Amino acid sequence: MTAQIHSKTLLQRFTPLIIFVLLVIVLAIGLTLNPREVPSPLVGKPVPVFELPLLNTPGKLTHEDLKGSVTLLNVFASWCYACRQEHEAITQLSRNGFRVIGFNYKDQTEDAVAWLRQFGNPYQIIAQDLDGRVGIDWGVYGAPETFLIDSNGIIRHKTIGPLSDPEKMEALMDAYKALQEQSL
Amino acid sequence: MMRMLFILMLLHIGAASAGPVETYEFASPEQEQLYLKLSDTLRCLVCQNQSIAESNADLATDLRKEIYNMLQQGMDEDEIVAFMVERYGDFVLYKPPMKPMTWLLWFGPAIILIAGFVFVMRIVRKQDTDEEPALSEAEQQRLKELQSEARSTMHSSDREEQD
Repeated sequence: MTAQIHSKTLLQRFTPLIIFVLLVIVLAIGLTLNPREVPSPLVGKPVPVFELPLLNTPGKLTHEDLKGSVTLLNVFASWCYACRQEHEAITQLSRNGFRVIGFNYKDQTEDAVAWLRQFGNPYQIIAQDLDGRVGIDWGVYGAPETFLIDSNGIIRHKTIGPLSDPEKMEALMDAYKALQEQSL
Repeated sequence: MMRMLFILMLLHIGAASAGPVETYEFASPEQEQLYLKLSDTLRCLVCQNQSIAESNADLATDLRKEIYNMLQQGMDEDEIVAFMVERYGDFVLYKPPMKPMTWLLWFGPAIILIAGFVFVMRIVRKQDTDEEPALSEAEQQRLKELQSEARSTMHSSDREEQD
């Protein structure tokens, strides 16, 4: 018996430990992932074909309007608490010259208008998706969500959850600027 | 008071487990079956551990309506599932599709099972060979020495000292 134990190589002896450590690493990574952040299959594809009325203004927004310049499309609603959290961040983006279009998702017109009056309107235009039907085509499953769209109307990135997280914000701004340079 | 609260709680549990019900009219029983099947096999993204059929979430209601509308338009099962996957990704499927990215998911358990089986077999085989341990010549020699040593100490009946 002793002869056999001695004949085991170091690697053989530590194999169970190595397997255990690998398993711990894999599970630890799994624990830190946010299950709410489901990657969108729309990234890399053109924006869905749609036509929506504007909030409280005559006119409409279509997929064609999203071409020509880099755009952030921010899905928000007055009933969404996290949207209030990220409102400041959206306002900052807008002030710094980013093109931010609002996508008012499943909201009441009066509520949305009152919300914007209270907190300020950071959006250049706001499309209104009353019944959420266009939202389904965009794969929206909650607010807030922010789509980064390049000047050819291709969705390049989707941020799920509030942009108030500085890391997310930074990443989005960098991606936006990179796309802008490409299209020049 | 407490009893009232308790009864209210019970009532609430009952309501939640019954799941949401909308009344849709279907052209045929087959269509209704397909509706029930689809809404039961697609995952709701808002409350992720419920199907679209079970969930009370607003989005689930919308998606049930959408499935109903698509069935009315004569779309078949594959088309409706494709519609959902295009928008929400493979995540909406409780049964993930077979593709290179999901190979580990599909075959992982079988691989682990086989690996475990091989591991156990090796241990068992090793134990079989251990029954007749092959000692090296040096070890044989040492064994003999120990044996004769033991014998001599036994004969001298000087066991107290040995201990």
